[in-house]
Amino acid sequence: MNAPFPSPAAPALAVRAVHRSFGHVRALRGIDFRLDEGDSLAIFGPNGAGKTTLLRVLAGLLRPQQGEVLLDGAPPGRTDAAHRRRVGLIAHYSLLYDGLTAAENLSFYASLYGIADRRAAVGRALEGVGLAGRADDLVGTFSRGMVQRMAIARALLHEPRVVLLDEPFSGLDQRAAAGLRSLLMRLRAERRTMVLVTHNIDEGLELATHAAIQVAGCFASFGPVNGDLAAYRARYAEATAVRG
Amino acid sequence: MGELLRVAWAVAAKDLRLEFRSRTAFVSALVFTALVLAIFNFARDPTAVSAVDLAPGILWITFTFAGMLGLNRAFGLERENRALDGLLLSPASRTALYLGKVLANLVFVGAVEAIALPLFALFFNVPILPVLGPLVLVIALATVGFVAVGTLMSSMAVNTRLAELMLPVLLLPFLVPPVTAAVQITAHLFSSRPFSEVSGWLRLLVGYDVIFVAACILFFESTIEE
Repeated sequence: MNAPFPSPAAPALAVRAVHRSFGHVRALRGIDFRLDEGDSLAIFGPNGAGKTTLLRVLAGLLRPQQGEVLLDGAPPGRTDAAHRRRVGLIAHYSLLYDGLTAAENLSFYASLYGIADRRAAVGRALEGVGLAGRADDLVGTFSRGMVQRMAIARALLHEPRVVLLDEPFSGLDQRAAAGLRSLLMRLRAERRTMVLVTHNIDEGLELATHAAIQVAGCFASFGPVNGDLAAYRARYAEATAVRG
Repeated sequence: MGELLRVAWAVAAKDLRLEFRSRTAFVSALVFTALVLAIFNFARDPTAVSAVDLAPGILWITFTFAGMLGLNRAFGLERENRALDGLLLSPASRTALYLGKVLANLVFVGAVEAIALPLFALFFNVPILPVLGPLVLVIALATVGFVAVGTLMSSMAVNTRLAELMLPVLLLPFLVPPVTAAVQITAHLFSSRPFSEVSGWLRLLVGYDVIFVAACILFFESTIEE
């Protein structure tokens, strides 16, 4: 199925008053924001603030109980498959099969996304994360950092327009982290829309055009990055102290 | 339709490749089969009950529980690294994902049955060769229904804490009609009675397959999404 043609006026990603609870726990309480094409949002917040839940809602893995998520102005539903085709998620878990090789894992995902030239796409993805030499090795034999690079290759395999990243730097050594940083800068230059959840304020502000502080399921602050790191740290400390 | 079959095949091939590499469930199912057949064989008193009377029930108990080991693994392997999220993130049709899982399970259960049947004939000295054609037809019909429902139940059980325990609890009540029909038909075949006597049971098996395959395809999306 082809994605519906996006309306030029529509934001790339719009989140409207999204609520989500798990039993008595209210994980998201009225999250509201919009990002245009090429914007990237870094979300900071303490553990349990609902950041991962928000990413899962944006990815379509969880449905909001109230509110809606629009991609290029289109809600999920009848266009679910098109919605999923436009989103890539780098999650806490790799979503890979330890018993398959790196190439087999990516080839399987390429089949699910209906990528025509699977071999070429898999080759490019492995090259992009520096694992072309390990294509025929089982993912179960990889180190934590290599698995994380594979997870990135999997998430970007279908060239999504919206990239969601949940702590993507965890487990990476300095060299791999630098590689990921330059990859994310390239995605930004390609005007992809990104939402990045991280605990590292320096890293987040360097990569993002917008930043948000999420505390107890709400955005305590949301706005464009102005480069004043010290002021942002102070705002973060204040927001998490007051509402955490 | 082509896209649906292509994705279903990709899912089935992936599952079978993983099983072929580890052989965990397959070896467990075969060991279980051999043990059950051996225990029943040595526990029965051949002077009290003839093998032909006892054999159909034992055959289907063996098939059912050995097959369940494979069904447990069908979605169990998607728990590793939360690969199930990867499937659900993709734009692939949920029907294709379901059919892929069913296909892999059919191959798995079919392979176990193909090895179990000669073992069964050996242990119970039941002449299966004269009735092999009709017997294979009955096994195929019962297996399709069993696997269709079992795959759906496996997808429901996968997100529960005790998935391995939940599957039999959910699945066994649904297996009463096809297993009863299969036992009845098998008993008739082993006692060399005319096949026409069991046409009602045969219709039940076919009807069960049609209704439950359609219902499972319909309900899969709502069971697998959050």
